[in-house]
Amino acid sequence: MTKPLLELKDVVLKVNRNTPEEITILNKLNLTINAGDFITVLGSNGAGKSTLFNAIGGDLSIDSGQILLNGKDIAHESVEKRTRFLARVFQDPKLGTAPRMTVAENLLLAERRGQRRGLLPRGLNHHMAHYKELTVTMHNGLDDRLTTATGNLSGGQRQALSFLMATLKRPEILLLDEHTAALDPRTGQDLMHLTNERVSQDKLTCLMITHHMEDALTYGNRLIVLHHGKVTYDVAGADKQALTSEKLYSFFAEIE
Amino acid sequence: MSLAVSAIGQGLLWAVLGVGLFLTFRILDFADMTVEGTFPLGAATAVAAIANGMNPLLATLLAFVIGALAGLITGLLYTKGHIPILLAGILVMTACYSVNLRIMGRANVSLLGKATLFKNHFLASLPQYFDSVVLGTLIMVIITTIVIYFLQTDLGQGFIATGDNQTMARSLGINTDNMKIMGLMVSNGLIAFGGALVAQNNGYADVNMGIGIIVIALASIIIGEVAFGDLTLNQRLVAVTLGSILYRFVLLLVLKLGFSANDLNLISAIILALCMMLPVFNNVLNFKHLVKRGLDTND
Repeated sequence: MTKPLLELKDVVLKVNRNTPEEITILNKLNLTINAGDFITVLGSNGAGKSTLFNAIGGDLSIDSGQILLNGKDIAHESVEKRTRFLARVFQDPKLGTAPRMTVAENLLLAERRGQRRGLLPRGLNHHMAHYKELTVTMHNGLDDRLTTATGNLSGGQRQALSFLMATLKRPEILLLDEHTAALDPRTGQDLMHLTNERVSQDKLTCLMITHHMEDALTYGNRLIVLHHGKVTYDVAGADKQALTSEKLYSFFAEIE
Repeated sequence: MSLAVSAIGQGLLWAVLGVGLFLTFRILDFADMTVEGTFPLGAATAVAAIANGMNPLLATLLAFVIGALAGLITGLLYTKGHIPILLAGILVMTACYSVNLRIMGRANVSLLGKATLFKNHFLASLPQYFDSVVLGTLIMVIITTIVIYFLQTDLGQGFIATGDNQTMARSLGINTDNMKIMGLMVSNGLIAFGGALVAQNNGYADVNMGIGIIVIALASIIIGEVAFGDLTLNQRLVAVTLGSILYRFVLLLVLKLGFSANDLNLISAIILALCMMLPVFNNVLNFKHLVKRGLDTND
């Protein structure tokens, strides 16, 4: 039995408020996310995909509507507060890691996501063995570079690390914003497989923005399409499995 | 000999400024102009308190607190008021000038005949200039140890992450505004503490003693980095103190060359500019590269 984990009700979000350039990005958007959903999010540029993530994450405040987590309205909670249940991986590998801190230090920061940070020693050495085990599962040499500053890693390693950091402390909701788009196709696919493995293993609730229609069809149990700030298409389970890229293309041709 | 001892002593006392500025300039990654106001603020606070009969140690600690309050104001203007950090610092620095005059009552207050941290039985029994070496070493060991410990705590790591990648820090639940305010408070507290030390060492506080302070503090950071190369964060903090001492020796050399004390701000600015441009010079004057290219064309 699935229950709604996150509900967006009539969410309106405008930018350049009260200026002639005011644009409504999210236009009475409704979306119910159930625990365990792995949702791929499609939509053309400007459809509001990233804005949707920023509204959930709290980077942008909404103009009206509700964002309910387990029934509780969180629309006015700060970005920092929301990190207690929310983890994100950004498109740009540079955004997800601290370049002058080592891989292990970054992991330790992520392990304390959403927690109070006090004046006790961080105890990095206690965690090293655990981090070694974790990074070995990435199969990209990250485990040999635990004490390297992340600024010296390749983009693929950095992005794999960002993903690992987002899932290290199990988030109630994981937001992936085209997290493989900046990588070369091979590295991107590796990270995509890993993502799928981790999300299904840990039964994470996850939203993933992608421009790869194949990825959107292959991964996840549910697929939504955003258009002009609304969810215009929402398919799950067997219906999603029956979906083909031809059908999706013709759907896109219709709405454009 | 006594000149060298004096340089070491001065370097140690002024190193407090370098460590204070390190927290904002190197860790939070911005230049905080407030320090030009908080240095004389600390001096004024300590001197006024001592002149009114306060214990010198308490007066010096009070200077830290008052300096931290000035840092708090800069932090609030910057994070909550969305004023660019450079301007926020200049605003508080300018305001400090009036505050300092209010605290002291006039432009220059002497400590003649008053107790200071340097006038205790033990320090007075040492040979000339050794008092600042001993006190400076003690203070730098304590401050550096505390800062290094702090940077290894969970809070300290959040502080470093804020300066390193703000977007990531926020996405991990670190309140970056609070981190910046905290950094500015501790940094300016240390700078004011340094001001209190220098004023007691000189025997007076002057309302104009803050001019060029940011250059002097930066010089100890940059000279330390240039002199000791690739270091870990903890080693770099220690290098700041050594850089501060090296800087004093450079000034000593400059004075020996016949320049007057009035030229020191010009010289300090030139030294700092040269040190900060070193990476550029290295690129332009890359002899190895030139030689290699010359050989390649012969192939």
